[in-house]
Amino acid sequence: MSPFTRRSRPAAIAGLAVAALALSGCSAGGTDDSEGPVTLEWFQGSGVETNIATAEALADAFNASQSDIVVEVDASGPSDSAQLDNLMKTRLATNEMPDMFWYNSGSLLQALNPDQTMLNIKDEDFVGDLDDAWIASVSTDDGVYGVPVQTAGGGGIFYSIPIYEELGLEVPKTWDEFLANSDAIKDAGYVAVEQTYGDAWTSQIITLADFYNVYASDEDWATKYTANEVNFADDPVAVQSFTKLQDVYDGGYLNEDFASALLNDGLEAVATGTAAHYPMLGFAQATIATNWPDHVDDVGYFGIPGDSADANGMTIWMPPALYAPANTEHPDAVKEFMAFVASPEACDVLTDALGVTGAYLVEGCTLPDGAPRIVADMLPYFDSGDVAPALEFLSPVKGPNLMQIDVEIGSGVRTGESGAELYDADAAKQAQQLGLPGW
Amino acid sequence: MATLAPPDTTQAVVTAPGTPPPRRKYAHRMYPQWFLLPGAAIFVVLFIAPTFASFYYAFTRWTLFDVEFIGLDNFVTFFTDPQLSKGFTNTLIFGTLTSGLKVVLGLLIGVLLTSDIWARGYLRAVVFFPVLVSTVGVGITFQALMDPYDGLINQALAALGIDGPGWLTDPDLALYSIIAVDVWRGVGLAALIYMAGLVAIPQEYYEAAKVDGASGWHRFRNITLPLVRPATTTVVILSLIGGLREFQLIWVMTGGGPGFASDVLASVIYKQYAYGFFGLSTAGNVVLFVVVSAVILPLFWWLNRKQTDL
Repeated sequence: MSPFTRRSRPAAIAGLAVAALALSGCSAGGTDDSEGPVTLEWFQGSGVETNIATAEALADAFNASQSDIVVEVDASGPSDSAQLDNLMKTRLATNEMPDMFWYNSGSLLQALNPDQTMLNIKDEDFVGDLDDAWIASVSTDDGVYGVPVQTAGGGGIFYSIPIYEELGLEVPKTWDEFLANSDAIKDAGYVAVEQTYGDAWTSQIITLADFYNVYASDEDWATKYTANEVNFADDPVAVQSFTKLQDVYDGGYLNEDFASALLNDGLEAVATGTAAHYPMLGFAQATIATNWPDHVDDVGYFGIPGDSADANGMTIWMPPALYAPANTEHPDAVKEFMAFVASPEACDVLTDALGVTGAYLVEGCTLPDGAPRIVADMLPYFDSGDVAPALEFLSPVKGPNLMQIDVEIGSGVRTGESGAELYDADAAKQAQQLGLPGW
Repeated sequence: MATLAPPDTTQAVVTAPGTPPPRRKYAHRMYPQWFLLPGAAIFVVLFIAPTFASFYYAFTRWTLFDVEFIGLDNFVTFFTDPQLSKGFTNTLIFGTLTSGLKVVLGLLIGVLLTSDIWARGYLRAVVFFPVLVSTVGVGITFQALMDPYDGLINQALAALGIDGPGWLTDPDLALYSIIAVDVWRGVGLAALIYMAGLVAIPQEYYEAAKVDGASGWHRFRNITLPLVRPATTTVVILSLIGGLREFQLIWVMTGGGPGFASDVLASVIYKQYAYGFFGLSTAGNVVLFVVVSAVILPLFWWLNRKQTDL
């Protein structure tokens, strides 16, 4: 028989519940760091292996260089980007972000409301060593918030050098030449353009990497775009960022499984020579080097061509950044680690760990010789200055549904013009949310 | 537990027919009313307060830090933006189709598994099994099975010489593929509810009908169908509420894609939140709340009224 009588049992349970509530209310206690080294947790998503390797290489080198601070990498965040965005925003808003975190630079940073949620490093000495274009992509009017954790790289077309050699093709200088090359490749029985909409974000590369051509037509385009004076649908040059994606579908160039293939399928196809072109960002070069080391020199790079053969350039992507929340308990330790990450020493650590992946954004960093072919193809653009940061690093306005819209265009569901209009409406929502004037 | 006196006896005495509802009834309550307080406090803080706050935030542009009142703009956006209104129609398609299919298939399976068939207990377990599996697990499994090239479904079709479609990659098909998986996952519960309803029908009705020469179809149509109405009501309501709010399966299988082809209200709301459109996202939640209420409440009333008419 139960020791409880009929009356006392529910009462006892209720009492226990109240006690449990009271206990849980005071279980969150502080930790005392007065003894021993300060431990800093560096939080990031688990989606990209290279990013985790980068963070660990930097943390290990820093931990080995001194004994007051221990940096621990916590790559337990969600791999899905929407879920990660949610988690970042929630943690920042509720003051539950660990001491440091890894996140995108550019427009995605603006959506985190850095002025209110992040540690401002505007007055730190190491900020002076950072590239100006980088600082612009991690700043607001009031502050600077992040240091670069990787290299800047170009976005554009990865192409198969063996296929180009076999068919006697030249790297295209205009979009029409690109289409002509693709026709020849298709006729030769290869996949002319690989697309991988199973990873929906890869659908955006043609649209985003085409921005150099928009920039070349008007260097102030991004400023006007932020002020709502220009848009994609009504600008004859900018609209091509969307119609080019439609051209690729209409030409019948795509791999059969474009709707379900993933990033790694695309990289494998262009590395092993089953596909001739794959629109991609420079960072993916590291995956080719790891997974298909025999084919590193079989893949080259060129920027998305425009209308004129004389104005070829490259759209560049800024790397993600190391940030700290405004409420971190160890601001000085965090800044010490940031100073390390923004030093030539850290650049060398990354070169050792990952190889040459692109251009460093810290003054004094040097690139060793023997860069892999994709990076080597990017360097002339950097040297000649024919580069433009992607729009998301010049303007806080980026419509969040671009990848879905681009999947529709790239699958023949929607025309490029219609996609451009839909994207303009999408971007307007973002601009209004940010409270920008003119929208 | 055996020492517990049946509470019915005290209740029956107090509410004996003829006595007006006495104040003494409260004095005789088994437990003091303040026992409700802990539960009520949790309910108010975690449910009532956020619900009412959300009605306010739905009319604002909200960054979690600043709030700007913008009237009905969020709702206008929700119904004029093609990608958001698509989620609205998809929700209705998803809710009605899954609910309808679960009723029809659940009843058929229920009838089959209450009849005298071989391996009945085993088959009941098999039918109910998908209900026990995590939705995310089901989603990932079917995502693999429905892969257009390497998936088991299309490989099996290919062995038969059929060129299978892109179940989840064809924009015209994706939503219906998910509906099929949701029905597979949920029909076991519907069948279980129907089985409970079916075994509660007294056998005498069937025997009497048999004596009168009613065919199997007539017995099903005129005895089984009317008398399992309470079970039907339960299945319709439960599956419709579940269907209108479905998120997990869709998010795991397609993420609302390709493009916006399989977006429903719940996935749209989630994405708006992830994009930082907190006001718009909250407006979506209010729309979802209103839709579910507007569909379920009249339906509930109607189904229950029919039941008492019998």
